[in-house]
Amino acid sequence: MRVGVITFPGTLDDRDAQRAVRLAGHEPVALWHGEHDLHGVDALVLPGGFSYGDYLRCGAIAARSPIMTEVVEAAERGMPVLGICNGFQMLAEARLLPGGLVRNETGLFVRRDQRLRVERTSTAWTNRFEPGQEIVIPLKNGEGRFVATPDEVKRIEDEGLVAFRYLGENPNGSVDDIAGLTNAAGNVVGLMPHPEHAVELGFGPTTTRMKAGLDGLDIFKSALESVAA
Amino acid sequence: MALIVVDVMPKAEILDPQGKAVTRALARLGHEAVGEVRVGKRFELTVDGEVTDALLEQVRTVADEVLANTVIEDVVGVHVVEQAAQPGAAQ
Repeated sequence: MRVGVITFPGTLDDRDAQRAVRLAGHEPVALWHGEHDLHGVDALVLPGGFSYGDYLRCGAIAARSPIMTEVVEAAERGMPVLGICNGFQMLAEARLLPGGLVRNETGLFVRRDQRLRVERTSTAWTNRFEPGQEIVIPLKNGEGRFVATPDEVKRIEDEGLVAFRYLGENPNGSVDDIAGLTNAAGNVVGLMPHPEHAVELGFGPTTTRMKAGLDGLDIFKSALESVAA
Repeated sequence: MALIVVDVMPKAEILDPQGKAVTRALARLGHEAVGEVRVGKRFELTVDGEVTDALLEQVRTVADEVLANTVIEDVVGVHVVEQAAQPGAAQ
């Protein structure tokens, strides 16, 4: 399977995402924001970083890049699309996912190994988990607070669009402890924590052993299985 | 030449950490008369020629679709500010 990883100006974690795709057993394809071409990939990852320096709003300018026309079309056709951190912010700005991400309630940048609960497993990116499974994925952001109007939050909860929820102390004031969302179809998923940083022994979050967490790998494997299915 | 100003504010129901930080700073500095502070954005758009209704409509669309994310923010004002000086005129 070929998984496109899009690089925008100011993207930081594109190489990590490519490596995660490779460690999940598949072929990463580097894509460029300025092209109108997805190079025939089977799935897409919008990686983290600070596209356009977070100017205007996080992900706002990147969400209006040339390649996003094709990303939105592909997402609407059902292609698996994963947005990580800044990529999640782009998916919200592109209205592929509901709500928005704003500055953390504390005003501080937060970096920690974050416990999450997988709330929905019927998505392209979470189908290898058990419902309610606890995982640990690194979190690192200054604007990760998920917000939406009360009516929108109710719709999100009623329709089961919460993919991941923070466990323990809420790191940023996200409403309902929401860490990640899916669209109704389950092919588009966005989350603030970074699964691509939990794919390799010695470099992941500390779980039972130091830096041994590999929970992110199942997210990348999930999509590939859903494409193959 | 004309200047169009677009003002954007975070939605009332969405907490504004910048505003909260400024509120706390003003209280610390002894400005007790000031209650809550909210922080928004002002965009200044310079346009050539006269401001027509069609152009204003275009600016309102840009404000709603790009300058603001209406999921989390409101466009609270679109104002025309005519430039006093013509291009090339003595200052």
